[in-house]
Amino acid sequence: MNYFELFSLSPSFDVDTAILAERYRDLQRAVHPDKFANASEQDKRLSVQRTAQINDAFQTLKNPIQRAEHLLALKGLELSHESTTLKDTQFLMQQMEWRESLEEVSDSDDPEAEIEALYASFEAFAKPITAALKVLLLSDLVAEHLQAAEQIRKLKFMAKLQDELARVEDALFD
Amino acid sequence: MAYSEKVIDHYENPRNVGSFDKNDSSVVTGMVGAPACGDVMKLQLRINDKGIIEDAKFKTYGCGSAIASSSLVTEWVKGKTVAEAGAIKNTDIAEELALPPVKIHCSILAEDAIRAALDEYKSKQSK
Repeated sequence: MNYFELFSLSPSFDVDTAILAERYRDLQRAVHPDKFANASEQDKRLSVQRTAQINDAFQTLKNPIQRAEHLLALKGLELSHESTTLKDTQFLMQQMEWRESLEEVSDSDDPEAEIEALYASFEAFAKPITAALKVLLLSDLVAEHLQAAEQIRKLKFMAKLQDELARVEDALFD
Repeated sequence: MAYSEKVIDHYENPRNVGSFDKNDSSVVTGMVGAPACGDVMKLQLRINDKGIIEDAKFKTYGCGSAIASSSLVTEWVKGKTVAEAGAIKNTDIAEELALPPVKIHCSILAEDAIRAALDEYKSKQSK
C-alpha cells in the first residue's frame, strides 16, 4: 500500500503537514463508519477497514522517521520489524555519554538549563543525519538505500534520547 | 508483560556493572545498539595472553531483558577461552532467561556485543 498515493501526495521525504492534515480529514470524513449506519454488513466492514488504513497512513506520514521508512519500503527495502544491530562504535559512545548525562540532570545546579542544552545538542547532532537521509532517499541506487537505512537507525536512537529527556523533564517539573 | 524470575534477579542485582580502564591493553570493548528500542550496550572483556577471558564488565541502557542479557553474558564468559565465548548463541541466553518472543532481540544484542568485543580482540592480535 502506497500511503503517499492514498493521500494524493508525491512520494517525498518533504511533506507539507498542513496539506497532510487536510487530506486526512477529507479522507476520514468520506469513509467514516457513521455514514454507513444503514449500509450492508460488507460496506460497514469495508468502512472500518478503510478508516484504520487511513489512520495508519496518517501516523506514518506525519512522523519523519516512519515516513522515511515507508519511502524505503516503497523502494523495496523493508526496515520495520528488523532486529539489525547498530555497531558504529563512535556513534554509540556518544549515545552512552548522553544517557549518562540524562541520569545526572536531576543532580545539576540548574537542571532547566541542562535540559535546554541537551535538547540543543540532540537537535544539532540529528540535523546533518536528517539532511544526509533526505539526499539518500532521492536515489535509486540500492547502496544508497542501505546508507539511508543506517541514517534512519541513528535517528531512532536520537528519538529515543528525546523521549528519555522529555521523561526526565516531566519528572522534575511536574 | 511478566518477566521471568531470572530476568528480575539480574535486573535487580546486575553482575559486573561498570567499566575497565580503556587504556589497559588487555581490555577489548564491544559497543552495540538496537535501533528498534534505542537500547545501547557496552561489553568489556579482559583477556589474558593465553586467550582466556579473566574478567568482564557491562553497561546497558535499555529494558530489563537487555540488562539481564548483558549481565548474564558477563557471568558466562568469565574463565572461557575466546573461542568458547564466541560460540555463545542468543538462543542460549534467551532460553536461560526464559525471554518471551518480543524480547528475543535483547539476547541477539548481547550475542552481538560479545562478537563485537571479540572482533576487536582479533584485530588487535593480528597487528
